[in-house]
Amino acid sequence: MIELSLPIAFLHSFTGAFDFILHQREAQTRFVQVGGLGQVWELTRTHLEVSGLALAGSLALALPVGAALGHRGRGEMFAIGLGNAGRAVPELAVIAFLVAFIGIGLRNVVLALMVLGIPPILTNTFVAVKQVDRDAVGAARGIGMRETQILTRIQLPLAVPTIMSGVRTAAINIVATATIAPLAGVLTLGDFILSRNVYGDQGVLAGAILVALLALIVELSLAGVQWLLTPRGLALQRERAAA
Amino acid sequence: MIPVIAATVKVMLPLAQLPSNFVHHHSTTTCVAENRFFCADWAAHNFDRYVDPALKQALLVSVSVAVGFTVAMGLALLSHRQPKLAPTFTGLTGVLYTVPSVAFFFLLLPITGFGTDTAVIALSAYTLQIIYRNIVAGLANVPEEAKDAGRGMGMSQRDLLWRVELPLAVPEIVAGLRVATVSTVALATLAFFAGAGGLGQQIYSDLTFKTNIIIAGGLAMLMAILFDLVLLVIQRLATPWLRAGAS
Amino acid sequence: MSAEAPDSLDGPVEAPSVAFRRVTKRYPGADEPALAELELEVPGGEICVFVGPSGSGKTTAMRMVNRMVEITEGDILVGSTSVRQRSPAQLRREMGYVIQQIGLFPHRTVADNIATVPRLLGWDRKRVEARVEELLELVRIDPALRDRYPAQLSGGQQQRVGVARALAANPGVMLMDEPFGAVDPSNRERLQNEFLRLQAEVRKTILFVTHDIDEAIKMGDRIAILREGGRLAQYATPAELLMAPADDFVEDFVGADRALKRLALMRVSDIDLWEAPLAHVGQATSEARAKLPEAEVPYVLVIDAERRPLGWLSDDDLLAETVPAKPGTSPDPVLELDDVMRDALSDLLQAETRYAPVVDSEGLIAGVLSVEIISEFLTSPEALTEERPAAERPLG
Ligand SMILES: Nc1ncnc2c1ncn2[C@@H]1O[C@H](COP(=O)(O)OP(=O)(O)OP(=O)(O)O)[C@@H](O)[C@H]1O
Ligand SMILES: [Mg+2]
Repeated sequence: MIELSLPIAFLHSFTGAFDFILHQREAQTRFVQVGGLGQVWELTRTHLEVSGLALAGSLALALPVGAALGHRGRGEMFAIGLGNAGRAVPELAVIAFLVAFIGIGLRNVVLALMVLGIPPILTNTFVAVKQVDRDAVGAARGIGMRETQILTRIQLPLAVPTIMSGVRTAAINIVATATIAPLAGVLTLGDFILSRNVYGDQGVLAGAILVALLALIVELSLAGVQWLLTPRGLALQRERAAA
Repeated sequence: MIPVIAATVKVMLPLAQLPSNFVHHHSTTTCVAENRFFCADWAAHNFDRYVDPALKQALLVSVSVAVGFTVAMGLALLSHRQPKLAPTFTGLTGVLYTVPSVAFFFLLLPITGFGTDTAVIALSAYTLQIIYRNIVAGLANVPEEAKDAGRGMGMSQRDLLWRVELPLAVPEIVAGLRVATVSTVALATLAFFAGAGGLGQQIYSDLTFKTNIIIAGGLAMLMAILFDLVLLVIQRLATPWLRAGAS
Repeated sequence: MSAEAPDSLDGPVEAPSVAFRRVTKRYPGADEPALAELELEVPGGEICVFVGPSGSGKTTAMRMVNRMVEITEGDILVGSTSVRQRSPAQLRREMGYVIQQIGLFPHRTVADNIATVPRLLGWDRKRVEARVEELLELVRIDPALRDRYPAQLSGGQQQRVGVARALAANPGVMLMDEPFGAVDPSNRERLQNEFLRLQAEVRKTILFVTHDIDEAIKMGDRIAILREGGRLAQYATPAELLMAPADDFVEDFVGADRALKRLALMRVSDIDLWEAPLAHVGQATSEARAKLPEAEVPYVLVIDAERRPLGWLSDDDLLAETVPAKPGTSPDPVLELDDVMRDALSDLLQAETRYAPVVDSEGLIAGVLSVEIISEFLTSPEALTEERPAAERPLG
């Protein structure tokens, strides 16, 4: 009995979740309409907005600092240590810290998410820029390139794959943590998950599905961006090394 | 309502409520009442309440990483034998890594129910990508001439794997374990959503009480550091030749 | 064979012959064979060197013997059994295998590296221990290094550990693919000499790959010259090869300096040495001066009471009353009768001196070698025609 009913119940709950996504219904708490594509779109937009702002902010800060340190080969302890420390920071603690110490709201959530986005980008940028083939850098100096030119024309292009893998890790962290942003008053897709008393079980499952899809789409898009940004010669070199 | 979900509702209800301020009601000192930066008195008197959740979280992390390691090792050995499988495994573990853990918990609920099992499944799935990638890289970096010499001495595939390839891959494997473990400690703070308790439960129980956030968050980070140190020691013990070479 | 013969634990192993019977190798997807109908036989206990340009199939030929590469056509016999009838693992455990990159296991100590095959064979701990000790001594590695890791050894030491590891289970056959290729030239010569001395003790059947014709001539009892397309150009002793190259390819490969190369086949003892006027410490210099006019060597060599060379008298020394214990010019380089002639010549040239004292195995003076003796030999017709008593290899 149970063996049979389990998969059926399982299927049933998923069809319910899809129904929640597609059609509005009355909230568990009565009187308001929830679910449906309209609300899904609204929450998705907020989710992308906080995530996008946080990622952009992280990039704006971490990329120049990481590149500058990597170019000079200085601050290894700081760059690597920050990356390690960043991994140890619990997402929930970041949001809770925000709620308890700083205050809620979109701007604060973006700042909090940047705490998770900055470390992987900074560390990877540092490592990637520092690792770039010394011969290539030496050759560039030899033909009279200025240091900024060496950084922007030689080191950064060659560092793209590693930097982008840091950016992707940052994006995954940010999108995931934005899911609990409703605790700090910003209604992202996570609201479906966290406010079960409003949306019901089907809403919770729908939220989980939507968050997972969103994360996968963001990851795939960034993989595409990485492919576009990677210099052709570098990609060929890697293929060759792999073969 | 569907039975599986119905069963979870009862347990989940208290969680679904907005964070209550239960701590304040039990406390009367002015520090707590004014919610100052850190109330040392309160912390000293209430530290007990964090011990069990911390231990529970430590256990959850250990089990999850152990499961993740076992599965990742299995996948890595399979794709080591059969390189055609590697892209599939990389893609699969990559997807599991990408899905946010909170979403993962709730996606699993209808299947595995509310409880520690669900948390372990989601957390260990999350570790797969990092550990798998590192084992594969570790095995790939074993010097070709060492393998050739091994074969030339009549080692079987098995001998070669256990006596040469895996020992030489240890540094990269442990490096992967360290990253995975530290991340899992942080992520396990969310595992109470799946019904596995832990320090996250304490944080969630009063999101506005500063002392609470500092203690619980601090303990979680401390736990990550301790795990990392333990693995670092294991790595050093398991690879005496690396230090010898450096001296 | 000396008392600490390495075979003492296992009893002497009769080194088997290795015979290639029309062996062809075609790699999948390649049109041309990597090795074409190779036919040759290496007698037991001898060194056969495979030499030839890059891609001529040397490594392929060697790796088919222990089935690291499978034979396409033909057969290889070790002793009287075909390698095809043996399981690869068994076969490999009975053969030593040394490669250019050495391939020591970085995570294992020197002793553990050497013990690899004995442990695979399931020897008990005591026997393994004893064997490791014996081998360290045999390849002249300081026993204090036994617990070091490969990264803590010099290139030459690593190479010797590699050889010890290959010898561990007392195999009858050794396969060596450019074993000294990664060692710098100055150490290479020493390793070659040590290896020849070792072979004199252990008497294995050795297949040795190199692309260095000089190394081939020095190391080989027989040389197989391979050419592009994996075809055998000539299989002969070094002397035959130098005197009668089979065709233009071999002649080219051996090089125009064939006469010079013959020096690699000779020992200092094979040539008539000159005599220098000798003087003892404390003797009156006038006596020594008197000998100079009719001497072959225009310098006086000072020797001690046991007849060991101490140095040459300098012009200042000749002005003094008696012969000093520390003559003005050092005797270096001091050569030995057993030295290979080519090495002796290069020592002379390196020291920028025309004469060097030659001593016997006890270190007592046996004569003087000069650049003139060698150049006379090189311009004489016998250098290219008469088979000189090729140096008895390996050293006794
Ligand atoms: N595993 C392989 N698969 C396909 N072709 C191979 C393989 N190994 C060797 N070959 C080819 O077979 C030929 C002989 O190679 P081999 O390695 O025996 O040459 P070699 O004489 O040892 O050369 P070198 O002096 O460069 O070591 C070459 O053309 C090489 O490209
Ligand atoms: Mg070769």
